[in-house]
Amino acid sequence: MLRLVSSASRPASTGILGVVAPSTSARHGRRAFGSTSSRHADITLTVDGKEVTVPQGSALIQACEAAGATIPRFCYHDRLAIAGNCRMCLVEVERSPKPVASCAMPAMPGAKVFTNTPLVHEAREGVMEFLLSNHPLDCPICDQGGECDLQDQSMRYGADRTRFHEIAGKRAVEDKDLGPLVKTSMNRCIQCTRCVRFANEVAGVEELGTTGRGNDMQIGMYVEKTMNSELSGNIVDLCPVGALTSKPYAFHARPWELKHTDSIDVMDALGSNIRVDSRGVAVMRIQPRPNDDVNEEWISDKTRYAYDGLKFQRLTTPLVKQGHRFVNASWEDALTAIAEGLARSGAKGDEIQAVAGHLADTETLVALKDLVNRLGSDNLTLDSPGGHAAPVHSVDVRSNYLFNSTIPGVERADAILLVGTNPRHEAAVLNSRIRKSWLHTGLEVGLIGERVDTTYGYDYLGNDAKVVADFVAGKGAFAEKFKAAKNPLIIVGSSLVEHADGTGVYNALAKFVEQNKAKLLTPEWNGFSVLQRVASRPAAYDIGFVPSKKASSVKPKFIYLLNADEVDPKSIPRDAFVVYQGHHGDLGAQLADVCLPAAAYTEKSTTWVNTEGRSQLGRAAVPPPGASREDWKIVRALSEIVGSPLPYDDVLSLRDRMWDISPTLVRYGVTEATSTEATLAGLKTLIAGTNGAKVAGTPLKKPIDNFYQTDPISRASVTMAQCTRAFTKGEAYGFSEISSQPQASYA
Amino acid sequence: MFAARLSRQLKAARTLRSARRISTTSARQSDALFVHRDTTYNNPKIAFEFNPDNLKRAEEIISRYPPQYRKAAVIPLLDLGQRQNKGWTSISVMNYVAKLLEMPPMRVYEVATFYTMFNREPIGEHFVQVCTTTPCMLRGAYDILDTVCKDLGGIKPGETTKDGKFTVIEVECQGACSNAPMLVVGDDFYEDLTPETTKKVLEAFRKGEKPKPGPQSGRLTSENSAGLTALTSKPPGPGEFCTPEFS
Repeated sequence: MLRLVSSASRPASTGILGVVAPSTSARHGRRAFGSTSSRHADITLTVDGKEVTVPQGSALIQACEAAGATIPRFCYHDRLAIAGNCRMCLVEVERSPKPVASCAMPAMPGAKVFTNTPLVHEAREGVMEFLLSNHPLDCPICDQGGECDLQDQSMRYGADRTRFHEIAGKRAVEDKDLGPLVKTSMNRCIQCTRCVRFANEVAGVEELGTTGRGNDMQIGMYVEKTMNSELSGNIVDLCPVGALTSKPYAFHARPWELKHTDSIDVMDALGSNIRVDSRGVAVMRIQPRPNDDVNEEWISDKTRYAYDGLKFQRLTTPLVKQGHRFVNASWEDALTAIAEGLARSGAKGDEIQAVAGHLADTETLVALKDLVNRLGSDNLTLDSPGGHAAPVHSVDVRSNYLFNSTIPGVERADAILLVGTNPRHEAAVLNSRIRKSWLHTGLEVGLIGERVDTTYGYDYLGNDAKVVADFVAGKGAFAEKFKAAKNPLIIVGSSLVEHADGTGVYNALAKFVEQNKAKLLTPEWNGFSVLQRVASRPAAYDIGFVPSKKASSVKPKFIYLLNADEVDPKSIPRDAFVVYQGHHGDLGAQLADVCLPAAAYTEKSTTWVNTEGRSQLGRAAVPPPGASREDWKIVRALSEIVGSPLPYDDVLSLRDRMWDISPTLVRYGVTEATSTEATLAGLKTLIAGTNGAKVAGTPLKKPIDNFYQTDPISRASVTMAQCTRAFTKGEAYGFSEISSQPQASYA
Repeated sequence: MFAARLSRQLKAARTLRSARRISTTSARQSDALFVHRDTTYNNPKIAFEFNPDNLKRAEEIISRYPPQYRKAAVIPLLDLGQRQNKGWTSISVMNYVAKLLEMPPMRVYEVATFYTMFNREPIGEHFVQVCTTTPCMLRGAYDILDTVCKDLGGIKPGETTKDGKFTVIEVECQGACSNAPMLVVGDDFYEDLTPETTKKVLEAFRKGEKPKPGPQSGRLTSENSAGLTALTSKPPGPGEFCTPEFS
């Protein structure tokens, strides 16, 4: 893997790209050679007679944007390197003999730029004519139709008739097979190379490139290969034409038929901002929504393509088990059955257990906790290995379990130690940030845990708790690099709490942070971060959805599974009465005596807290199917029937209750940093709680073996199953027959 | 080659006329494929490594560049690999060069497909490249091309003879315009050709001899073919017209 030289023409606003790369590493000897440091002076120039001030190093196209002049473009993209090969962004600059490609030209102080002159229009029309000369006229059967940059811009700059009279016909390129996610139609490609730049810079797939030259240039991998990346779906969004389209979405809908709903993703704990596109009651596709603080403009393939799982294996009516069969029931009967079951089981106090699963929303967690507490129990369990006990990091101080450095903060780090985590699978978009930083700065990464293919180079330290002890003691080359770093960052994986040696590792790391607080814990920098991988977990910790010490040893008689589909069936006593509330008939529903159908994340407007502690509001895009209801309403209704009604009747008063628990839960869109003092106090309790832990030395294991199937939705998804076959297992997958069939030629 | 292609298209157009189709444009095919297809003779499982001599050369080439720009050596190394691999760059050669230079294989494929002088399909023992760019064309390059094709048993440009001895292709300007028409065999230029001298050159190669490179008309390099008009006298040799102590 090669690092790129940071290009001088990058905008200073993207921060990290301009940083100098000091060459330190011997192992990765191919460091960037960039030597110009970014200068943040501002310059002033005139665009169409309007004065505009931009940071030095901005591209001319950015200055024009700042002045309010829209520049048509195909190859230029804010978050990718500059290629300057589509020539669509031509503008006129005073004293320049010919039009200038504004994306590849740095803005110069005092320059006079014109974006609306006859010369500019003629130049753009010329470029457009060349682009269209080899582009098939197949918009009616193209999936990009309606949201195609080429289509839109040809409305303005395209001629209404063709001068193309080549006997040889238009350029024809064979379609590539990139896997079950990205459909290709390479005749439509205009060779902007956005996909190539994305794959090489962001996704770390260095197999995509351009072969051939001139008219014969084509995008591809040269050898037959699938694009094996967690972020491959983003090239569909980047493609300005219909060359790369979404395979699962192919020919399903047109963009103007879709209703857009801004929402939040729950496939991992990043809380990526998404836009759910729906038609009627069906989710048709999911797209990213730009948010520089969270996901920039990318989402992982699981986020994007697992939506078809929302159609399969759904629970649509309440089910009550009679003998060995589930029987459809009305809500009233089902809730009464639960009340009777609770009474019959004779569960008292801590014998009532609630289990919070991966996809439980914050509102419902609060309501369920209140209900269980009202019934006299403290037995609040998390759906993970060892979730029945209180976590080793206590949950009293938020900084003990949150990603304190914040997600954009990762790019400020100059040394990262990953402990028991594979960010590529646990938070794919975060991983791209680490790669970006690794590529453009002198970032050093160390890994303790199972060896994995991250998309950047790392120093491998080892695989067990003893290595952590060595690191803390300052042994080894990486420990020295870490000591020398200005902004060191430790990223602790969420699987560590589930590990036998988790206590010892937490203890060692907390002590290390405390000793090195001058660097790791300052008001500007918090270098101790826990990377959660489950969407509901930070919220569960925030509201204290953890068992008390006394409760964790009690054998439950009544179990309420809230979206809990990872539970170990052996952990559920045979005679216990089990209720499952959730949206999919997965593992949890099999274990239940009563199933309550609930809404999936696209069907309810609820709060999600991401791994940084940033609460964000998801919105309902489609109604829940059949008789299923919003989760918190089910808990509220149940509370009425079991005789201890909860004091909130609408979601607003429920959010008032959340405010009472923690104001951060309803301060949407922001992260609140824990103060240094509080963090230190948190670490002290963490150290006190874990002191004297024995270290067995069992190797750390990565928690996610198959990135594509981690929760009930993605397990029910056909697309994710195909991805599992194609990428995780490396088998042939279902769609290749279609793409290998001869297609009619369109000209 | 253009003529051949055109006639093929005309034929295709004629057959199309009888049946009505939505599409009438014929596929425009380029000289070479820009994707790799595994074949028995060209697949990544065939091993390739530099022999010790070439490895030494490769190390010398790599040492010309700063260590962080090792990848700059990709073109000379591909050339070295092509020479060792019987004149063509197989996928194994590309993969080996990528490994040697520690760069992603795709970056090597990009280079190898960009430059037309990397042959990505096997070629014959003698690689005959006939120039047909304007100056050569004006001096009868197509006659030369036809002669070569006929002499080699009626093959078409881009094809190899059945015995695997010759491959003929049409190339663009080789920079020997003053000696047009010309063709290149391997690394040597054969210039000032006529159909007769072309046949002689090919015959010599067929016999396993190596004809003398350069103009085949007998003139020296690109001197005036009608005889010199200036500088006709003998050029002064070393030591002439010097004082005795220097002579």
